[in-house]
Amino acid sequence: MAQKKGSLKLRQSLIGYSFIAPNFLGFAIFILFPVIFTIILSVMNWDGFNAMTFAGFANFRAIFRDRVFKSAFWLTLLYVVFTVALTLLASLALACVLNRKIKGRDVFRSAIFFPYVASMIAIGAVWKQLFESNYGPINMALRAIGISNPPGWFASTDWAIWGVIVVAIWKFMGYYMLIYLAGLQDIPVQLYEAATLDGATGWQKFRKITLPMLTPSTFFVFMMLTINSFKSFDLIYALTMGGPGTSTTLLANYIYNQTFVYWDYGKSAAASIILFIIVLGVTIVQFRGEKKFTDYL
Amino acid sequence: MMIEKRSPVKTVLLYIVLALLTVITLLPLLWMVSASFKLSSEVFSFPIKWIPETWHWENYVKIWQKINLATYTMNSFKLSIIITLIQLLTSSFAAYGFSKCRFPGRNVLFLAYVATIAIPWQVYMLPQYVMMQKMHLIDTHISIILLQSFTAFGVFLLRQFYITIPDELLEAARIDGLSEYGTFARIVLPLTKPAMATLTIMSFVTVWNDYMGPMIYFNSDRLKTIQLGIQLFVGQYSAEYGLIMATSVMAIIPVLVVFLAFQRFFVEGIASSGLKG
Repeated sequence: MAQKKGSLKLRQSLIGYSFIAPNFLGFAIFILFPVIFTIILSVMNWDGFNAMTFAGFANFRAIFRDRVFKSAFWLTLLYVVFTVALTLLASLALACVLNRKIKGRDVFRSAIFFPYVASMIAIGAVWKQLFESNYGPINMALRAIGISNPPGWFASTDWAIWGVIVVAIWKFMGYYMLIYLAGLQDIPVQLYEAATLDGATGWQKFRKITLPMLTPSTFFVFMMLTINSFKSFDLIYALTMGGPGTSTTLLANYIYNQTFVYWDYGKSAAASIILFIIVLGVTIVQFRGEKKFTDYL
Repeated sequence: MMIEKRSPVKTVLLYIVLALLTVITLLPLLWMVSASFKLSSEVFSFPIKWIPETWHWENYVKIWQKINLATYTMNSFKLSIIITLIQLLTSSFAAYGFSKCRFPGRNVLFLAYVATIAIPWQVYMLPQYVMMQKMHLIDTHISIILLQSFTAFGVFLLRQFYITIPDELLEAARIDGLSEYGTFARIVLPLTKPAMATLTIMSFVTVWNDYMGPMIYFNSDRLKTIQLGIQLFVGQYSAEYGLIMATSVMAIIPVLVVFLAFQRFFVEGIASSGLKG
């Protein structure tokens, strides 16, 4: 009997492995292996050509002393907090509104999604002109509503990061709206019908049905948003190149500079490990939260 | 969400807010379209002329003559379609394994998947490149196909949707004699069409818009993609912004077509039958 149970378990495990095998093989070779190699690099000295030497924690000590790294660290936190919170709210609200049967829904959806598909070079050029401090339409509009001294945006060390955040929300809200839209399709209509019979208001239905049923989507959106914001690189590269000064140099830009400007792989790998540890921490906390929620469902 | 009777005032307000939001979102697109009809010298002049003084239609002819845009477009299609297909196939399989099968090491493996999402690509780009070099795959399309087809993102996305399918439903299918593979193909796949549509759109867009990957791996002109083509208009001392914008506008069209085709799966009520009912 016990033996039979054991072989059944083995069979189940084999079936499980067979499902993940095709993807896992490719993943292990082309992604996991290079990532592990990177972790090794973080305790090594390497410029890509000469032989590697062991560096211990010297790379980590070097980046902790680096003023640019420290500023990149705090800027990244600021950028992540605001981008994640505002993009999440915007994408959820948009998905709920654009899930209704309203006229021109496809047009609205495509319009909101469009920023995500536009090429970075074009986006960089467009927004630089829109945010231009003297004649740009944004500041002209701000002056028209009575703000006599509008911010200098990408020309100002204090405001550049906020300009980047605005563009980030504009670019990504459509992408995450899509995930929420897909999630909304999973909610059975019967739940809403029952709630309506019980006399629930629209807001009550949203809080007691939509939000809890969307938990797996929210978890995914929150995680991907957090991770992608921590990794944010392209947008800043296209908009400000990390400037003026280092006022928009985020961690990913710092890592890129260490790799391709200073050719210091050890320091770049060490900075990536720090980034990795932060994101992994957030991920684990999130997973705990998800477990609680799905148990409750 | 279900159909509710709302007051006409609320409906009108909703439309006004939506229309306003759409205009704000689309303003940069309008700027791109307008700039695509201008001479490069006019693109950045102030005050912004939203309607070009003279329409330079020839920009849209020039982009096909000055660079091999037709070849680049074909390459972009080829890569986007192949990678998206492999992603859909292998990710949905793996996501089922991670959400509905039990086996030792499942959680550790999944954590490894998610953990790699957290590492910026710029960081492990170099080890990947060395690996591709050893396999003699530099300057081939296969390199990018291999590197981008097995991302953790697709597995993670689909898993989030599969865990919302109640186990009782699968249990019932198994009792009815379906194998694990049959349960996956006949129950889970049909129920998660919106999720598959999402992955299709996202994967297609990501590959289509990727710039860094093709830039690093493709040297030959016949292998290049649209995004590399756009960059060709950026010269050492000046950039032909009129042509850049014309090519960018052209490059958006296929992606919007894919988006429009697949967003139709986000229609309310698809999942209302059979689930949690």
